[in-house]
Amino acid sequence: MIPAAFEYHRPTDMAGVLAVLEEHGDDARVLAGGHSLIPMMKLRMAEVPHLIDLQDVSGLGGIDVRTGEVHIGAMTTQTEIIENAELAQVCPILKEAALQIADPQVRYMGTVGGNVANGDPGNDMPGLMQCLDATFELVGPDGTREVKARDFYEAAYMTDREDDEVLTKVVIPAHGAGYAYEKQKRKIGDYATAAAAVTIVSDMGKCVQASIAMTNLSDTPVWSEAAGAALVGTSLDDAAVDAAVSAMLGDIDPTQDNRGPIEFKKHAAAVILRRAIARAWSRA
Amino acid sequence: MSNKMHIKMNVNGEEQEFLAEPRELLIHTLRERLDITGPHIGCETSHCGACTVTIDGKSVKSCTMFVAQANGKDVTTIEGLGGPDDLHVLQSAFKEHHGLQCGFCTPGMITRASKLLEENPNPTEEEVRFGMAGNICRCTGYQNIVKSILAAASELQAAKEAAE
Ligand SMILES: Cc1cc2nc3c(=O)[nH]c(=O)nc-3n(C[C@H](O)[C@H](O)[C@H](O)COP(=O)(O)OP(=O)(O)OC[C@H]3O[C@@H](n4cnc5c(N)ncnc54)[C@H](O)[C@@H]3O)c2cc1C
Ligand code: FES
Ligand code: FES
Repeated sequence: MIPAAFEYHRPTDMAGVLAVLEEHGDDARVLAGGHSLIPMMKLRMAEVPHLIDLQDVSGLGGIDVRTGEVHIGAMTTQTEIIENAELAQVCPILKEAALQIADPQVRYMGTVGGNVANGDPGNDMPGLMQCLDATFELVGPDGTREVKARDFYEAAYMTDREDDEVLTKVVIPAHGAGYAYEKQKRKIGDYATAAAAVTIVSDMGKCVQASIAMTNLSDTPVWSEAAGAALVGTSLDDAAVDAAVSAMLGDIDPTQDNRGPIEFKKHAAAVILRRAIARAWSRA
Repeated sequence: MSNKMHIKMNVNGEEQEFLAEPRELLIHTLRERLDITGPHIGCETSHCGACTVTIDGKSVKSCTMFVAQANGKDVTTIEGLGGPDDLHVLQSAFKEHHGLQCGFCTPGMITRASKLLEENPNPTEEEVRFGMAGNICRCTGYQNIVKSILAAASELQAAKEAAE
Protein backbone atom coordinates (compact mmCIF):
# COMPACT_ATOMS: atom_id res chain seq x y z
CA MET A 1 0.00 0.00 0.00
CA ILE A 2 2.19 2.77 -1.32
CA PRO A 3 0.54 6.10 -2.06
CA ALA A 4 1.16 8.03 -5.24
CA ALA A 5 4.21 10.27 -5.14
CA PHE A 6 3.83 13.81 -3.85
CA GLU A 7 5.79 16.91 -3.12
CA TYR A 8 6.14 17.51 0.62
CA HIS A 9 5.87 20.96 2.15
CA ARG A 10 6.42 21.81 5.79
CA PRO A 11 5.90 25.57 6.17
CA THR A 12 6.36 27.27 9.53
CA ASP A 13 3.63 29.88 9.26
CA MET A 14 0.15 30.33 7.82
CA ALA A 15 1.39 32.58 5.02
CA GLY A 16 3.53 29.68 3.82
CA VAL A 17 0.55 27.33 3.90
CA LEU A 18 -1.68 29.73 2.00
CA ALA A 19 1.03 30.35 -0.61
CA VAL A 20 1.22 26.63 -1.48
CA LEU A 21 -2.58 26.35 -1.51
CA GLU A 22 -2.82 29.34 -3.83
CA GLU A 23 -0.12 28.07 -6.17
CA HIS A 24 -1.41 24.52 -6.50
CA GLY A 25 -5.16 24.86 -5.92
CA ASP A 26 -6.95 21.51 -5.91
CA ASP A 27 -3.63 19.68 -6.16
CA ALA A 28 -2.64 20.74 -2.66
CA ARG A 29 -4.01 19.57 0.64
CA VAL A 30 -3.05 20.04 4.27
CA LEU A 31 -1.96 17.17 6.51
CA ALA A 32 -2.69 17.34 10.23
CA GLY A 33 -2.40 14.07 12.19
CA GLY A 34 -2.76 12.12 8.97
CA HIS A 35 -4.88 9.37 10.47
CA SER A 36 -7.73 9.91 8.05
CA LEU A 37 -5.79 11.26 5.07
CA ILE A 38 -2.84 8.82 4.99
CA PRO A 39 -5.05 5.69 4.97
CA MET A 40 -6.97 7.24 2.05
CA MET A 41 -3.73 8.04 0.22
CA LYS A 42 -2.43 4.51 0.79
CA LEU A 43 -5.63 3.12 -0.72
CA ARG A 44 -5.18 5.64 -3.54
CA MET A 45 -8.63 6.94 -2.82
CA ALA A 46 -7.02 10.34 -2.30
CA GLU A 47 -4.29 11.71 -4.51
CA VAL A 48 -2.45 14.72 -3.20
CA PRO A 49 0.35 15.97 -5.47
CA HIS A 50 1.25 18.67 -2.92
CA LEU A 51 1.03 17.70 0.71
CA ILE A 52 1.33 20.51 3.24
CA ASP A 53 2.28 19.23 6.68
CA LEU A 54 0.89 21.58 9.35
CA GLN A 55 3.01 20.22 12.22
CA ASP A 56 5.44 23.18 12.33
CA VAL A 57 2.94 25.96 11.58
CA SER A 58 2.92 28.33 14.52
CA GLY A 59 -0.30 29.39 16.19
CA LEU A 60 -2.37 26.31 15.42
CA GLY A 61 -2.02 24.52 18.75
CA GLY A 62 -3.17 25.15 22.25
CA ILE A 63 -6.25 25.06 24.43
CA ASP A 64 -7.26 28.46 25.77
CA VAL A 65 -10.00 28.55 28.40
CA ARG A 66 -11.46 32.07 28.53
CA THR A 67 -14.47 33.52 30.28
CA GLY A 68 -17.56 32.25 28.54
CA GLU A 69 -15.75 30.26 25.85
CA VAL A 70 -13.01 27.81 25.05
CA HIS A 71 -10.64 28.20 22.09
CA ILE A 72 -9.05 25.03 20.75
CA GLY A 73 -6.35 25.28 18.09
CA ALA A 74 -6.85 23.05 15.05
CA MET A 75 -3.68 21.02 15.67
CA THR A 76 -4.68 20.09 19.23
CA THR A 77 -4.68 16.30 19.45
CA GLN A 78 -7.34 14.09 21.03
CA THR A 79 -4.74 13.11 23.66
CA GLU A 80 -4.17 16.76 24.54
CA ILE A 81 -7.94 17.21 24.95
CA ILE A 82 -8.07 14.20 27.28
CA GLU A 83 -5.11 15.36 29.37
CA ASN A 84 -6.10 19.02 29.83
CA ALA A 85 -7.47 19.33 33.39
CA GLU A 86 -8.81 22.86 32.93
CA LEU A 87 -10.76 21.82 29.85
CA ALA A 88 -12.17 18.80 31.69
CA GLN A 89 -13.53 21.26 34.26
CA VAL A 90 -15.28 23.67 31.91
CA CYS A 91 -16.20 21.36 29.02
CA PRO A 92 -16.05 17.73 30.24
CA ILE A 93 -18.02 16.33 27.30
CA LEU A 94 -14.96 16.87 25.07
CA LYS A 95 -12.87 14.47 27.12
CA GLU A 96 -15.73 12.00 27.40
CA ALA A 97 -16.08 11.96 23.60
CA ALA A 98 -12.34 11.98 22.83
CA LEU A 99 -11.85 8.88 25.00
CA GLN A 100 -14.31 7.08 22.73
CA ILE A 101 -12.42 7.92 19.52
CA ALA A 102 -10.21 5.24 18.00
CA ASP A 103 -7.34 3.94 20.17
CA PRO A 104 -4.38 5.47 22.07
CA GLN A 105 -2.00 5.54 19.09
CA VAL A 106 -4.57 7.26 16.87
CA ARG A 107 -5.46 9.77 19.60
CA TYR A 108 -1.82 10.90 19.97
CA MET A 109 -1.88 11.90 16.30
CA GLY A 110 -5.48 12.73 15.39
CA THR A 111 -6.32 16.42 15.71
CA VAL A 112 -9.50 18.33 16.44
CA GLY A 113 -9.09 20.36 13.26
CA GLY A 114 -8.62 17.25 11.11
CA ASN A 115 -11.56 15.54 12.75
CA VAL A 116 -13.99 18.41 12.13
CA ALA A 117 -12.62 19.41 8.69
CA ASN A 118 -12.49 15.88 7.28
CA GLY A 119 -16.23 15.68 6.61
CA ASP A 120 -16.45 11.92 7.17
CA PRO A 121 -19.88 11.20 8.70
CA GLY A 122 -18.15 8.68 10.99
CA ASN A 123 -16.07 11.31 12.76
CA ASP A 124 -17.23 11.98 16.30
CA MET A 125 -16.22 15.63 16.78
CA PRO A 126 -18.53 17.21 14.17
CA GLY A 127 -21.76 16.09 15.88
CA LEU A 128 -20.31 17.04 19.22
CA MET A 129 -19.45 20.52 17.94
CA GLN A 130 -22.99 20.91 16.59
CA CYS A 131 -24.43 19.90 19.94
CA LEU A 132 -22.23 22.50 21.68
CA ASP A 133 -22.98 25.17 19.04
CA ALA A 134 -19.26 25.62 18.30
CA THR A 135 -17.86 28.01 15.71
CA PHE A 136 -15.05 27.16 13.30
CA GLU A 137 -12.51 29.80 12.29
CA LEU A 138 -11.24 29.54 8.72
CA VAL A 139 -8.33 31.43 7.19
CA GLY A 140 -7.98 31.89 3.44
CA PRO A 141 -6.54 34.29 0.89
CA ASP A 142 -9.28 36.82 1.69
CA GLY A 143 -8.74 36.74 5.44
CA THR A 144 -10.57 35.11 8.31
CA ARG A 145 -14.19 34.05 8.57
CA GLU A 146 -16.30 32.13 11.04
CA VAL A 147 -18.79 29.37 10.36
CA LYS A 148 -21.13 27.69 12.82
CA ALA A 149 -20.61 23.93 13.14
CA ARG A 150 -24.36 23.64 12.55
CA ASP A 151 -23.94 25.27 9.11
CA PHE A 152 -20.64 23.66 8.09
CA TYR A 153 -21.52 20.18 6.83
CA GLU A 154 -23.09 19.77 3.37
CA ALA A 155 -22.66 16.08 2.45
CA ALA A 156 -20.11 13.31 2.99
CA TYR A 157 -16.66 14.94 2.60
CA MET A 158 -18.31 18.19 1.48
CA THR A 159 -18.14 21.12 3.82
CA ASP A 160 -18.46 24.87 3.65
CA ARG A 161 -14.65 25.14 3.68
CA GLU A 162 -13.13 26.26 0.36
CA ASP A 163 -10.13 24.36 -1.01
CA ASP A 164 -7.84 27.29 -0.29
CA GLU A 165 -8.98 27.74 3.32
CA VAL A 166 -7.45 26.28 6.47
CA LEU A 167 -9.42 25.64 9.64
CA THR A 168 -7.45 27.32 12.42
CA LYS A 169 -9.54 26.87 15.52
CA VAL A 170 -12.76 25.82 17.15
CA VAL A 171 -14.53 28.12 19.61
CA ILE A 172 -16.97 26.53 22.03
CA PRO A 173 -19.32 28.54 24.24
CA ALA A 174 -19.17 27.54 27.91
CA HIS A 175 -22.37 25.76 28.87
CA GLY A 176 -22.44 24.43 32.45
CA ALA A 177 -25.05 21.91 31.35
CA GLY A 178 -25.49 18.25 32.13
CA TYR A 179 -23.84 16.31 29.33
CA ALA A 180 -23.27 12.89 27.82
CA TYR A 181 -21.51 11.44 24.79
CA GLU A 182 -22.78 7.92 24.12
CA LYS A 183 -21.45 5.79 21.31
CA GLN A 184 -22.34 2.33 20.06
CA LYS A 185 -19.48 0.67 18.18
CA ARG A 186 -18.75 -2.88 17.08
CA LYS A 187 -15.42 -3.00 18.84
CA ILE A 188 -13.01 -0.64 20.55
CA GLY A 189 -11.39 1.67 18.02
CA ASP A 190 -14.32 1.47 15.62
CA TYR A 191 -16.34 4.32 14.20
CA ALA A 192 -19.86 4.70 15.58
CA THR A 193 -22.79 2.56 14.56
CA ALA A 194 -24.69 5.34 16.30
CA ALA A 195 -23.56 8.10 18.65
CA ALA A 196 -25.35 10.88 20.50
CA ALA A 197 -24.10 14.12 22.04
CA VAL A 198 -26.53 15.62 24.53
CA THR A 199 -26.46 18.67 26.80
CA ILE A 200 -29.29 19.57 29.16
CA VAL A 201 -29.71 22.59 31.43
CA SER A 202 -32.16 22.16 34.29
CA ASP A 203 -33.79 24.62 36.65
CA MET A 204 -36.01 23.60 39.56
CA GLY A 205 -36.45 20.09 38.21
CA LYS A 206 -37.39 21.16 34.70
CA CYS A 207 -35.36 21.12 31.53
CA VAL A 208 -34.86 24.70 30.33
CA GLN A 209 -32.46 24.02 27.48
CA ALA A 210 -31.42 20.92 25.56
CA SER A 211 -29.23 20.22 22.55
CA ILE A 212 -28.98 16.88 20.73
CA ALA A 213 -26.73 15.83 17.84
CA MET A 214 -26.26 12.39 16.25
CA THR A 215 -23.23 10.86 14.51
CA ASN A 216 -22.90 8.43 11.57
CA LEU A 217 -26.62 8.26 10.95
CA SER A 218 -26.72 10.43 7.80
CA ASP A 219 -24.17 11.70 5.31
CA THR A 220 -23.57 14.62 7.70
CA PRO A 221 -23.82 14.97 11.47
CA VAL A 222 -27.40 15.72 12.48
CA TRP A 223 -28.26 18.41 15.01
CA SER A 224 -31.87 17.63 15.83
CA GLU A 225 -33.42 20.88 16.94
CA ALA A 226 -36.82 19.20 17.32
CA ALA A 227 -35.43 16.49 19.59
CA GLY A 228 -33.94 19.09 21.93
CA ALA A 229 -37.14 21.15 21.86
CA ALA A 230 -39.18 18.09 22.87
CA LEU A 231 -37.37 18.03 26.21
CA VAL A 232 -37.60 21.74 27.06
CA GLY A 233 -40.24 22.59 29.67
CA THR A 234 -40.61 18.98 30.78
CA SER A 235 -39.21 17.11 33.75
CA LEU A 236 -37.99 14.42 31.36
CA ASP A 237 -40.89 12.08 31.96
CA ASP A 238 -41.23 9.06 29.66
CA ALA A 239 -43.51 10.91 27.24
CA ALA A 240 -40.96 13.72 26.77
CA VAL A 241 -38.09 11.30 26.15
CA ASP A 242 -40.23 9.30 23.70
CA ALA A 243 -41.06 12.53 21.88
CA ALA A 244 -37.38 13.49 21.67
CA VAL A 245 -36.43 10.06 20.34
CA SER A 246 -39.11 10.10 17.67
CA ALA A 247 -38.17 13.64 16.65
CA MET A 248 -34.54 12.49 16.30
CA LEU A 249 -35.59 9.47 14.24
CA GLY A 250 -37.39 11.84 11.91
CA ASP A 251 -34.22 13.84 11.34
CA ILE A 252 -31.68 11.06 10.68
CA ASP A 253 -31.32 9.21 7.41
CA PRO A 254 -29.07 6.16 7.89
CA THR A 255 -28.04 3.86 5.06
CA GLN A 256 -27.33 0.15 5.10
CA ASP A 257 -23.65 -0.80 5.31
CA ASN A 258 -21.36 -3.21 7.13
CA ARG A 259 -22.58 -1.80 10.44
CA GLY A 260 -26.09 -3.06 9.73
CA PRO A 261 -29.38 -2.47 7.97
CA ILE A 262 -31.37 0.74 8.31
CA GLU A 263 -33.84 -0.61 10.87
CA PHE A 264 -31.01 -1.75 13.11
CA LYS A 265 -29.31 1.64 12.90
CA LYS A 266 -32.53 3.38 13.90
CA HIS A 267 -32.91 0.98 16.78
CA ALA A 268 -29.31 1.63 17.90
CA ALA A 269 -29.82 5.39 17.51
CA ALA A 270 -32.87 5.30 19.77
CA VAL A 271 -31.13 3.21 22.44
CA ILE A 272 -28.04 5.43 22.41
CA LEU A 273 -30.07 8.64 22.59
CA ARG A 274 -32.12 7.35 25.55
CA ARG A 275 -28.92 6.49 27.39
CA ALA A 276 -27.36 9.85 26.59
CA ILE A 277 -30.45 11.78 27.71
CA ALA A 278 -30.66 9.83 30.97
CA ARG A 279 -27.00 10.41 31.74
CA ALA A 280 -27.04 14.10 30.78
CA TRP A 281 -30.15 14.63 32.93
CA SER A 282 -28.52 12.88 35.91
CA ARG A 283 -25.70 15.43 35.63
CA ALA A 284 -27.88 18.48 34.91
CA MET B 1 7.99 12.37 -9.82
CA SER B 2 11.00 11.11 -7.95
CA ASN B 3 11.65 13.95 -5.59
CA LYS B 4 13.94 12.54 -2.95
CA MET B 5 14.44 14.61 0.14
CA HIS B 6 17.19 14.72 2.68
CA ILE B 7 16.04 13.05 5.89
CA LYS B 8 17.70 13.12 9.29
CA MET B 9 16.37 11.27 12.28
CA ASN B 10 17.59 9.77 15.48
CA VAL B 11 16.64 6.11 15.79
CA ASN B 12 17.37 4.34 19.07
CA GLY B 13 20.03 6.93 19.88
CA GLU B 14 21.79 6.79 16.53
CA GLU B 15 21.73 9.60 14.00
CA GLN B 16 20.56 8.46 10.59
CA GLU B 17 20.82 10.45 7.39
CA PHE B 18 19.61 9.40 3.97
CA LEU B 19 17.70 10.43 0.87
CA ALA B 20 14.13 9.16 0.54
CA GLU B 21 10.92 9.90 -1.25
CA PRO B 22 8.57 11.69 1.15
CA ARG B 23 5.86 9.08 0.52
CA GLU B 24 7.95 6.30 2.01
CA LEU B 25 6.15 4.97 5.07
CA LEU B 26 8.17 5.09 8.27
CA ILE B 27 7.69 1.34 8.85
CA HIS B 28 9.37 0.66 5.50
CA THR B 29 12.19 3.06 6.33
CA LEU B 30 12.85 1.25 9.57
CA ARG B 31 12.56 -2.30 8.27
CA GLU B 32 13.97 -2.06 4.77
CA ARG B 33 16.28 0.91 4.78
CA LEU B 34 17.68 0.78 8.32
CA ASP B 35 17.28 -2.96 8.87
CA ILE B 36 15.47 -2.38 12.14
CA THR B 37 12.99 -5.23 11.89
CA GLY B 38 11.51 -5.23 15.39
CA PRO B 39 8.46 -3.19 14.37
CA HIS B 40 6.27 -5.52 12.28
CA ILE B 41 3.72 -4.99 9.54
CA GLY B 42 0.53 -6.71 10.63
CA CYS B 43 -2.33 -5.01 8.82
CA GLU B 44 -0.81 -2.00 7.06
CA THR B 45 -4.15 -0.27 7.65
CA SER B 46 -3.59 1.49 11.00
CA HIS B 47 -5.51 -1.10 13.00
CA CYS B 48 -3.24 -3.71 14.58
CA GLY B 49 -0.45 -1.77 16.31
CA ALA B 50 2.30 -4.29 15.37
CA CYS B 51 4.24 -1.38 13.83
CA THR B 52 4.09 0.80 16.96
CA VAL B 53 7.15 2.93 17.71
CA THR B 54 7.68 5.92 20.00
CA ILE B 55 8.18 9.29 18.34
CA ASP B 56 8.83 12.39 20.40
CA GLY B 57 7.01 10.82 23.34
CA LYS B 58 4.00 9.49 21.45
CA SER B 59 3.09 5.90 20.59
CA VAL B 60 2.70 5.95 16.81
CA LYS B 61 1.66 3.38 14.23
CA SER B 62 4.60 3.73 11.87
CA CYS B 63 2.59 2.38 8.92
CA THR B 64 0.54 5.58 9.15
CA MET B 65 3.33 8.11 9.02
CA PHE B 66 5.37 9.28 6.05
CA VAL B 67 9.12 9.38 6.52
CA ALA B 68 8.92 13.08 5.68
CA GLN B 69 6.79 13.69 8.78
CA ALA B 70 9.41 11.99 10.94
CA ASN B 71 12.22 14.14 9.57
CA GLY B 72 14.08 15.66 12.53
CA LYS B 73 12.44 13.39 15.11
CA ASP B 74 13.57 10.93 17.76
CA VAL B 75 12.29 7.43 17.08
CA THR B 76 12.47 4.52 19.51
CA THR B 77 11.69 0.94 18.49
CA ILE B 78 11.74 -2.28 20.51
CA GLU B 79 15.46 -2.54 19.72
CA GLY B 80 15.98 0.71 21.62
CA LEU B 81 14.30 -0.63 24.75
CA GLY B 82 16.43 -3.71 25.31
CA GLY B 83 18.13 -6.64 23.62
CA PRO B 84 18.83 -10.33 24.30
CA ASP B 85 21.60 -9.50 26.77
CA ASP B 86 19.92 -6.62 28.51
CA LEU B 87 16.17 -7.26 28.53
CA HIS B 88 13.88 -4.38 29.41
CA VAL B 89 11.69 -5.05 32.46
CA LEU B 90 8.71 -5.45 30.14
CA GLN B 91 10.57 -7.93 27.96
CA SER B 92 11.47 -10.05 31.00
CA ALA B 93 7.91 -9.82 32.30
CA PHE B 94 6.48 -10.98 28.96
CA LYS B 95 8.92 -13.90 28.99
CA GLU B 96 8.14 -14.77 32.58
CA HIS B 97 4.33 -14.51 32.35
CA HIS B 98 3.84 -16.00 28.88
CA GLY B 99 2.81 -12.66 27.42
CA LEU B 100 3.48 -13.98 23.94
CA GLN B 101 2.87 -17.03 21.82
CA CYS B 102 3.88 -16.50 18.18
CA GLY B 103 5.47 -13.18 19.14
CA PHE B 104 4.33 -11.25 16.10
CA CYS B 105 2.49 -8.56 18.05
CA THR B 106 5.05 -8.44 20.87
CA PRO B 107 7.40 -5.66 19.70
CA GLY B 108 4.46 -3.33 19.19
CA MET B 109 2.87 -4.42 22.45
CA ILE B 110 5.99 -3.80 24.50
CA THR B 111 6.84 -0.52 22.81
CA ARG B 112 3.30 0.73 23.49
CA ALA B 113 3.33 -0.65 27.04
CA SER B 114 6.60 1.15 27.80
CA LYS B 115 4.96 4.46 26.97
CA LEU B 116 1.82 3.55 28.91
CA LEU B 117 3.87 2.81 32.05
CA GLU B 118 5.80 6.03 31.61
CA GLU B 119 2.53 7.97 31.64
CA ASN B 120 0.81 5.84 34.25
CA PRO B 121 3.37 3.93 36.37
CA ASN B 122 0.74 2.26 38.53
CA PRO B 123 -2.17 1.30 36.27
CA THR B 124 -5.20 -0.80 37.14
CA GLU B 125 -6.03 -3.79 34.99
CA GLU B 126 -8.75 -1.78 33.30
CA GLU B 127 -6.34 1.06 32.54
CA VAL B 128 -3.90 -1.41 31.00
CA ARG B 129 -6.62 -2.87 28.79
CA PHE B 130 -7.81 0.59 27.73
CA GLY B 131 -4.27 1.86 27.16
CA MET B 132 -3.37 -1.19 25.05
CA ALA B 133 -6.52 -1.04 22.91
CA GLY B 134 -4.55 -0.06 19.81
CA ASN B 135 -2.60 -3.34 19.79
CA ILE B 136 -4.15 -6.55 18.54
CA CYS B 137 -2.97 -10.04 19.44
CA ARG B 138 -4.30 -13.08 17.63
CA CYS B 139 -2.80 -15.67 19.98
CA THR B 140 -2.83 -14.98 23.67
CA GLY B 141 -6.35 -13.79 24.42
CA TYR B 142 -4.65 -10.80 26.10
CA GLN B 143 -4.88 -12.26 29.62
CA ASN B 144 -1.15 -12.88 29.92
CA ILE B 145 -0.23 -9.67 28.15
CA VAL B 146 -2.14 -7.72 30.79
CA LYS B 147 -0.56 -9.85 33.52
CA SER B 148 2.92 -9.18 32.11
CA ILE B 149 2.40 -5.43 31.97
CA LEU B 150 1.02 -5.30 35.51
CA ALA B 151 3.98 -7.38 36.72
CA ALA B 152 6.42 -5.05 34.99
CA ALA B 153 4.67 -2.07 36.58
CA SER B 154 5.05 -3.58 40.07
CA GLU B 155 8.66 -4.36 39.43
CA LEU B 156 9.40 -0.84 38.23
CA GLN B 157 7.57 0.59 41.25
CA ALA B 158 9.51 -1.62 43.64
CA ALA B 159 12.80 -0.64 42.03
CA LYS B 160 11.84 3.02 42.31
CA GLU B 161 10.92 2.68 45.98
CA ALA B 162 14.14 0.82 46.72
CA ALA B 163 16.09 3.63 45.06
CA GLU B 164 14.37 6.28 47.17
C1 LIG C 1 -7.98 2.89 13.24
C2 LIG C 1 -8.62 4.23 13.26
C3 LIG C 1 -9.81 4.40 13.96
C4 LIG C 1 -10.44 5.65 13.99
N1 LIG C 1 -11.59 5.78 14.72
C5 LIG C 1 -12.19 6.99 14.78
C6 LIG C 1 -13.38 7.19 15.55
O1 LIG C 1 -13.88 6.29 16.18
N2 LIG C 1 -13.93 8.43 15.56
C7 LIG C 1 -13.38 9.47 14.88
O2 LIG C 1 -13.92 10.56 14.95
N3 LIG C 1 -12.27 9.32 14.15
C8 LIG C 1 -11.66 8.11 14.10
N4 LIG C 1 -10.52 7.98 13.36
C9 LIG C 1 -10.01 9.12 12.61
C10 LIG C 1 -9.04 9.94 13.43
O3 LIG C 1 -9.67 10.50 14.56
C11 LIG C 1 -8.43 11.03 12.53
O4 LIG C 1 -7.23 11.33 13.11
C12 LIG C 1 -9.27 12.24 12.32
O5 LIG C 1 -10.45 11.95 11.65
C13 LIG C 1 -8.60 13.27 11.41
O6 LIG C 1 -7.70 13.97 12.07
P1 LIG C 1 -6.21 14.09 11.54
O7 LIG C 1 -5.59 15.15 12.36
O8 LIG C 1 -5.59 12.77 11.56
O9 LIG C 1 -6.47 14.65 10.07
P2 LIG C 1 -5.79 14.31 8.66
O10 LIG C 1 -5.92 12.87 8.37
O11 LIG C 1 -4.44 14.90 8.61
O12 LIG C 1 -6.76 15.14 7.71
C14 LIG C 1 -8.08 14.74 7.46
C15 LIG C 1 -8.69 15.69 6.40
O13 LIG C 1 -8.91 16.97 6.94
C16 LIG C 1 -8.15 17.94 6.26
N5 LIG C 1 -7.61 18.83 7.29
C17 LIG C 1 -6.89 18.46 8.39
N6 LIG C 1 -6.63 19.53 9.15
C18 LIG C 1 -7.18 20.59 8.54
C19 LIG C 1 -7.23 21.98 8.84
N7 LIG C 1 -6.70 22.49 9.96
N8 LIG C 1 -7.88 22.81 7.97
C20 LIG C 1 -8.45 22.29 6.85
N9 LIG C 1 -8.43 21.00 6.51
C21 LIG C 1 -7.81 20.14 7.35
C22 LIG C 1 -7.07 17.19 5.50
O14 LIG C 1 -6.67 17.87 4.33
C23 LIG C 1 -7.79 15.90 5.19
O15 LIG C 1 -8.59 16.05 4.05
C24 LIG C 1 -9.87 6.73 13.30
C25 LIG C 1 -8.68 6.57 12.58
C26 LIG C 1 -8.06 5.33 12.55
C27 LIG C 1 -6.80 5.18 11.77
S1 FES D 1 0.80 -2.49 10.51
FE1 FES D 1 0.53 -0.53 11.33
S2 FES D 1 -1.25 -0.71 12.52
FE2 FES D 1 -1.08 -2.71 11.61
S1 FES E 1 1.52 -13.54 20.29
FE1 FES E 1 0.82 -14.07 18.32
S2 FES E 1 -0.22 -12.25 17.72
FE2 FES E 1 0.22 -11.86 19.76
